[in-house]
Amino acid sequence: MEMKTIKFVINGVKQELRIPPWRTLLEVIREDLKLTGAKEGCGQGECGSCTVIMGGKSVNSCLVPAMEADGQEITTIEGLKNGEELHPIQEAFVEHAGMQCGFCTPGMIMSAKHLLDHNSDPTLEEIQEGVSGNFCRCTGYTKIFESIDAAAKSMKGGR
Amino acid sequence: MEDYSVIGKRIPRIDGLAKVTGEAKYAADYEMPGMLWCKIARSPHAHAKILNIDTSRAESLPGVKKVLTGKDFKGWKWGWMPKTREEEPLAAETVRYLGEAVAAVAAIDEDTAEEAAQLIEVEYEELPGVFDPEEAMKEGAPQLYGHAKNNISWDFHMDFGDVEKGFKEADLVHEDRFETGRVITGYLEPPAAVAMYDSSGITIWAAKQSPYFVYRHLAACFGLPLSKVRVIQPFIGGGFGGTKNDSLAGDFCSVLFSKLLGKPVKFVYTMEEVLMTCRRRHNMIVFNKMGMKKDGTITGMHSRVIADGGAHTAIGPLTMYLTGCMSTLPYKLPNFKHDAYRIYTNNPIGAAMRGHGVTHTRFAAELQMEMMAEELGIDPVAVRLKNAISAPYETINKVTVKSCGLVEGIETIADNPVWKNRKEKKQEGPIAHGVGMSATSYLGGARQRGHQSCAAVIRLCEDGSVDYLTGASDCGQGSDTVLVQMVAEELGLAMEDVDIKRVDTAMTPCDAGSYGSRVTVLAGEAARKAAQDVKQQLAVFAAEKWEAKPEDILFKDRQVSVKGQPEKTMPFEQLAKIACYSGSGAVILGRGYSDYGIDVLDFEKGIGNCGTSYSFTSQLTEVDVDLETGFLKCTDMLIAHDCGVPLNPINVEAQNQGAAMQGMGQAMYEAFKMDHGKTLNPTLLDYKMPLATDIPNIEVVDIITEDPDGPYGAKEASEGAIVSVPPSIFTAVHDATGIWFKEQPLTPEKIAMALREKKKNG
Repeated sequence: MEMKTIKFVINGVKQELRIPPWRTLLEVIREDLKLTGAKEGCGQGECGSCTVIMGGKSVNSCLVPAMEADGQEITTIEGLKNGEELHPIQEAFVEHAGMQCGFCTPGMIMSAKHLLDHNSDPTLEEIQEGVSGNFCRCTGYTKIFESIDAAAKSMKGGR
Repeated sequence: MEDYSVIGKRIPRIDGLAKVTGEAKYAADYEMPGMLWCKIARSPHAHAKILNIDTSRAESLPGVKKVLTGKDFKGWKWGWMPKTREEEPLAAETVRYLGEAVAAVAAIDEDTAEEAAQLIEVEYEELPGVFDPEEAMKEGAPQLYGHAKNNISWDFHMDFGDVEKGFKEADLVHEDRFETGRVITGYLEPPAAVAMYDSSGITIWAAKQSPYFVYRHLAACFGLPLSKVRVIQPFIGGGFGGTKNDSLAGDFCSVLFSKLLGKPVKFVYTMEEVLMTCRRRHNMIVFNKMGMKKDGTITGMHSRVIADGGAHTAIGPLTMYLTGCMSTLPYKLPNFKHDAYRIYTNNPIGAAMRGHGVTHTRFAAELQMEMMAEELGIDPVAVRLKNAISAPYETINKVTVKSCGLVEGIETIADNPVWKNRKEKKQEGPIAHGVGMSATSYLGGARQRGHQSCAAVIRLCEDGSVDYLTGASDCGQGSDTVLVQMVAEELGLAMEDVDIKRVDTAMTPCDAGSYGSRVTVLAGEAARKAAQDVKQQLAVFAAEKWEAKPEDILFKDRQVSVKGQPEKTMPFEQLAKIACYSGSGAVILGRGYSDYGIDVLDFEKGIGNCGTSYSFTSQLTEVDVDLETGFLKCTDMLIAHDCGVPLNPINVEAQNQGAAMQGMGQAMYEAFKMDHGKTLNPTLLDYKMPLATDIPNIEVVDIITEDPDGPYGAKEASEGAIVSVPPSIFTAVHDATGIWFKEQPLTPEKIAMALREKKKNG
């Protein structure tokens, strides 16, 4: 089996892995690095449960060949906390009931982070667009919008 | 209402932290050393005899450890009732739906297992199939089972009053055909489990919203006492009824592989397997006949329901029961006849889904009532108020309602400016704006048949913290949080003093799990009683110390005191120590169980209470319809929901909003496209669930009633809104277009075609 070496930084930690070239980024994250926060819902890039941020972009990690991660910087849900302190988006999701079953939540929060990284004061429409690649079947999305809006406000307040 | 410390407060979910950090582990996140992977091989035919299965190619693939076929289960079958035990872990002789499991592989990794599953060669003799329930009922149709003439899987009949007399008394009688959608629950977490069979029996970490169902199934299948079956509940990624209430081929095969191979075995279904083969909502045809007087009074109703049951019965008898027994709410119905037929077809299996059974017949009756009112020149609010029940009330089939916020809910809608001004037609270009309403009911605290035990155990730790053991499963609805609120409230503790242990059948008391909106009501009552039991035991120690009466000991704000003697106060922690260290160490263990609503229910005739209490949901819905393209957008919803007393208002809002969007998907977007038993759209791209960009503004108003049969007056708060949404969207579209649509989902194609037809006919 032909193995390839890839190097990347994930949640601030350098990684060097030997992998078969057909593996997806999600498989490598979950199976090799044991970071099981990102979920596989559909495995087809539709549900968004596997969303991580790679090179400043939010990606469906189930569709990204792990080879493409070579040389990249990646953030997963596990990399959001600052020590014991929750990221303001995480805090807002807890406070505003932005999650129920929680399966979509890691991907949803990463999409929200990508949105707020690029737009610190999004309108409701921009929030909806920002998470339009993430399915949630539990919340009806309303409390997710409220959570992201609250996070945006809290982050602008100097957090 | 009493002054509570945590009840009724907008308390964040106790599992929030674990869920927003990625810490929460779901079944697919578990792995064990030496673990093997299980994959299922499935039938490409909807109806066929299995002539031969050649597993040799699969077995010779490197990495494959074993292959199972139906005969390995030695004829064992399961079903919801003893007489409906017809489903096999792997079909041995006949497959009855496309995608039915026929074989399974265990291999060293997932890819190898999947490759091997494709190498299993099954020789089939195709049998004629039947895919339409009305066709399947006809003489001469292909039969799925020898015992089921005309493919009737289950039929259920109710006959109360004199429905013919009711129709004679009416000034207007309508007969219409309605159809509800072919939809699926839509949880994002595919079913998964890790199973281990060793000398201590079975241990399985499984994604189940009713862990005690699979517990019984595994004990029966493997001939083990229940004490040797341990189902441990991880976090659950959504349930909504059906699949995660039941067992799956993957559960049985993983356990059997583990037994035979001595290794832990894991399976994770793909989303394609979920959408093609898992339980879905029955789609139903409802022929409804209603009689109405000139003043709007309903004189009688006869519903004839035909449900596509698919290949097995599953929980279908209960579905059919619910289509009828709840038809007598929320409007007075003096004469009622109900004939429900669940029909076997070679389609995937119909089962429970949020709004179980009720959503179909209420959709039909609600629309028909308003259609008739329109003909008689009666306002939609007026016809509802004319027929609305109020508490206390007993229906003709002896469903007893002790609290009812229906009238207040309807009035909340009627008083809203949007409703008041709805006659001012708003149309901009081709976009017509429509306003519609509905008013519906749903049961809470389901207590139908069989094993309905529901208990709680609370163990006091010496530092004053408590462990709360429940068999109830939070599959996302937030029940763990509300249950902990109740324990904390009773003991006068803070939320963080109470730790809830998720289900582990080796530790927690037996429970039916999450369905029928039963957890808050029933597990809540059990939790409350167990906490009271702890309190009573502790009060004895406090009373002894203070020479007071045990009934005078108060528990509040982490303090224990004597009523009327504030100088006699100590921290809860101190009393816990006194109690736990007394003698050689007292064990303070509180026990409680639910006994609400255990009156007799006649499941054959449809008499009695299928729930403990009943919620009432009144809804206002606004839509925009593009009269040129048929494009439909739901813009606003106002949901006036009577859940008794909301124990955690933010969670109640969230439940209503989630249920509403699931209902909107069913009403407007979602439908499986079928071709001879094959699901043509088994992906989330082609099966259209609502996305963030589809969401209307949703306002939730709590109509407060206090139900005597609910902890702190609470009723259900998760299923009502999925029943109220579809009819309110359909009445809103009627308001915009003047057309009565009767079939779900209400797609742009249907709207555009109907508008064209309407134009043609002038």
